[in-house]
Amino acid sequence: MGAGHAHRLYRQGNSPVHALPPHTKLAAAFAFVVVVVSTPREAMWAFAVYAVLVAAVAAVARVPAGFLLKRLLIEVPFVAFAVLMPFVAGGDRIEVLGLSLSVNGLWGAWNVLAKGTLGVAASVLLASTTELRELLLGLQRLKLPPLLVQIASFMIRYGDVITDEMRRMRIARESRGFEARGVRHWGVLAKSAGALFIRSYERGERVHLAMVSRGYAGSMPVIDEVSASGAQWSRALALPCAALVVCLLGWML
Amino acid sequence: MHVPDGFIDAPTSAATGVIAAGALAVSLRGARRELDERTAPLAGLVAAFIFAVQMLNFPVAAGTSGHLLGGALAAILVGPCTGVLCVSVVLLMQGILFADGGLTALGVNITDMAIVTTVVSYAVFRGLVKVLPRRRRSVTIASFVAALLSVPAAAVAFTLIYAVGGTTDVSIGKVATAMIGVHVLIGIGEAVITALTVGAVIAVRPDLVYGARGLQQRLKLRVGGELVDAPDAAPAPAPAAARSHRPLWITGLVTSLVLAGFVSFYASASPDGLEKVAHDQGIDKTEKEHAAAGSPLADYGVKDISDARLSGGLAGVIGVGATVVVGSGVFWVVRRRRSAAEASASSTGSAA
Amino acid sequence: MTVSSAAPVPSLEVSGLAFAYPDGHQALFGVDFTIHRGERVALLGPNGAGKTTLVLHLNGILGGGTGTVTVAGLPVGKQHMAEIRQKVGIVFQDPDDQLFMPTVREDVAFGPATAGIKGPELEQRVRTALERVGMQDFADRPPHHLSFGQRRRVAVATVLAMEPEILVLDEPSSNLDPASRRELADILRSLDVTVLMVTHDLPYALELCPRSLILSDGVIAADGPTGELLSDEELMRAHRLELPFGFDPRSVTTSTRH
Repeated sequence: MGAGHAHRLYRQGNSPVHALPPHTKLAAAFAFVVVVVSTPREAMWAFAVYAVLVAAVAAVARVPAGFLLKRLLIEVPFVAFAVLMPFVAGGDRIEVLGLSLSVNGLWGAWNVLAKGTLGVAASVLLASTTELRELLLGLQRLKLPPLLVQIASFMIRYGDVITDEMRRMRIARESRGFEARGVRHWGVLAKSAGALFIRSYERGERVHLAMVSRGYAGSMPVIDEVSASGAQWSRALALPCAALVVCLLGWML
Repeated sequence: MHVPDGFIDAPTSAATGVIAAGALAVSLRGARRELDERTAPLAGLVAAFIFAVQMLNFPVAAGTSGHLLGGALAAILVGPCTGVLCVSVVLLMQGILFADGGLTALGVNITDMAIVTTVVSYAVFRGLVKVLPRRRRSVTIASFVAALLSVPAAAVAFTLIYAVGGTTDVSIGKVATAMIGVHVLIGIGEAVITALTVGAVIAVRPDLVYGARGLQQRLKLRVGGELVDAPDAAPAPAPAAARSHRPLWITGLVTSLVLAGFVSFYASASPDGLEKVAHDQGIDKTEKEHAAAGSPLADYGVKDISDARLSGGLAGVIGVGATVVVGSGVFWVVRRRRSAAEASASSTGSAA
Repeated sequence: MTVSSAAPVPSLEVSGLAFAYPDGHQALFGVDFTIHRGERVALLGPNGAGKTTLVLHLNGILGGGTGTVTVAGLPVGKQHMAEIRQKVGIVFQDPDDQLFMPTVREDVAFGPATAGIKGPELEQRVRTALERVGMQDFADRPPHHLSFGQRRRVAVATVLAMEPEILVLDEPSSNLDPASRRELADILRSLDVTVLMVTHDLPYALELCPRSLILSDGVIAADGPTGELLSDEELMRAHRLELPFGFDPRSVTTSTRH
């Protein structure tokens, strides 16, 4: 699960999706996923329609299919779980290709795969069309507690700096002939982690000094604010609204 | 172990979202108490640290490697409230920026990975630090046990959430066994790394280890050839915090013990624990028949437990039992040794 | 001493400043000096001389010892803290510590925005400050995408945006390649603010600052024209200050200009 944390999903572009204010996109992605999760799993056609909707948004945003699909790999651990489900779940069983599979397990696997995949796809679309900075502004606009937004903002600002320090420490270790090969080398790695913590904390203190020196007294000034027009909101919410219609049909049919 | 969308049903996701929001609100206020106006930059940097350290690979054997989850480490190093905030922010950012963990599952992920791990580990840690003799090694031991328990505790929390709102009908017994069995193993790795890391920090900057601030000795000043006690340097938040967290760690300790009991109950309920873990992890893919099959969605769990208890489980019992035995064993031994150690403790406390 | 009698109120006046850290380590033992408006002064001293401690007193981050610091006639103390911090602009050594906001523009805006400036005036301040350091084209970049020299220049801009009375730079030339070093020198020369530059880099001090102070063991050990101080081998040796190999301050004449 550790893989893939580091690389950013954002893709530069000037599509209509890129141009939407960040908080409308956050709200839309979230609402879409909620709708997807609430859809009954038996309405298989509904998930197909959702997939078409996501593909349509990806096309408008000019996010290539390959990019989207590659990112879905993040799901792999749960795909493994889903694959196992028909074998371990209880309930009626059917024979498929000589294997005894649980009907409920198959439904469960389908449910997790379909909803999880659509969820990841929505998140990827959000992240690939919205800059980091914009996402923070969007969260701020959506009334996330300011302190939380600030912590997130500092984390993003210094994530690369700290990761870089960690990389330099690794190079320093390797230059002296050390290579972690097994459990007995954990002590050295943990010492690096400890040193990294101390550096991070001390940097935090220095950053605080620099902030205080420029007049900080406990609250961050609001420098940028984002706003959205009604038209932008309706464009962003088109996706979850369409999905909602599908979902309701799914419950009724 | 980032839960994706669709794994937990919508009402339960919403409920965990409410729990997470409430806990975050409490933590926001608590963090201000722990760090005052320095909260934003310091918590931000610690979050960046957690984020980075999750990418530090610890090789296990033959090409496999693990990494730190960081909840226990954060709680011990910067305090439970700041710890909850840091890990939550990391999870939030992973969800939004890297599509790691579903958006609707944020509540679930924050509840089990940020809140349960930090609170349980901090409670266990404080409890042990109080009981153990006042020296540095105790902090390392306490970190070990705290991290060891925090990971299975998260697995228990996940299992509970799953029991309420799981969308698949794999029985809770099986989920509990697989989750907890595996997470006991992960917990051992987490415990070793956390203890070593805390040990490394405490060797250099003992003042930075939030959970161990009470262990510092009073500062001595040389004034005119005589050693005198320094005046209190700054209104350090640690002693006050330690006092006000007393109820917290007691409840936490009790909770974790209750949770551990619950775990062993479910774990022992599984008919063939070790096999099941192996199976669920894909090691033994060919096996088909299962003793505990046959509980439909409506009443999963109950029926399963009643007949499974007879067979008795292995992996869960071994894993969780070992954890509990180690934990309580340390408690017990230490409590007995404590009176003897008390005399020497002050002289060996802090040497920096 | 280059005391200009024209300026009635000095930009910075430090008198009798002594300070000990809570751990008992005493760093300052009675520091006195005055810097007049428009001067560019270098504060030289070996490691551990108390330079950083002194700098942190100038805007009231450290305090509680004896002595006074006065900025443009305003004593540094609790009651004027916001004003003092606006008047004393400190550029810290590591620009990564100084640039904590997600984009350059927001970082430059942070100081004035905290002081309550908003809207077009804020934009104007940011633009002017970035133009003064030649970084106006980088406003929307995240700081970690800039080179080290560019980050140092933006760090100067973040402080200039507050329109300070005195600019305090901590080791401004550290980690800069020769070109960035010269660019920064050009920028500093072009500014019409009072500058106090804390540095080990003696040629840089000579290039930029007509006057120097030597801080050693917590007191001002010397105060005079930079060229003269650097030529005084006895003095330099006594305070662990060494010129780079082959550098002769007597052969350099730039410091007398401006």
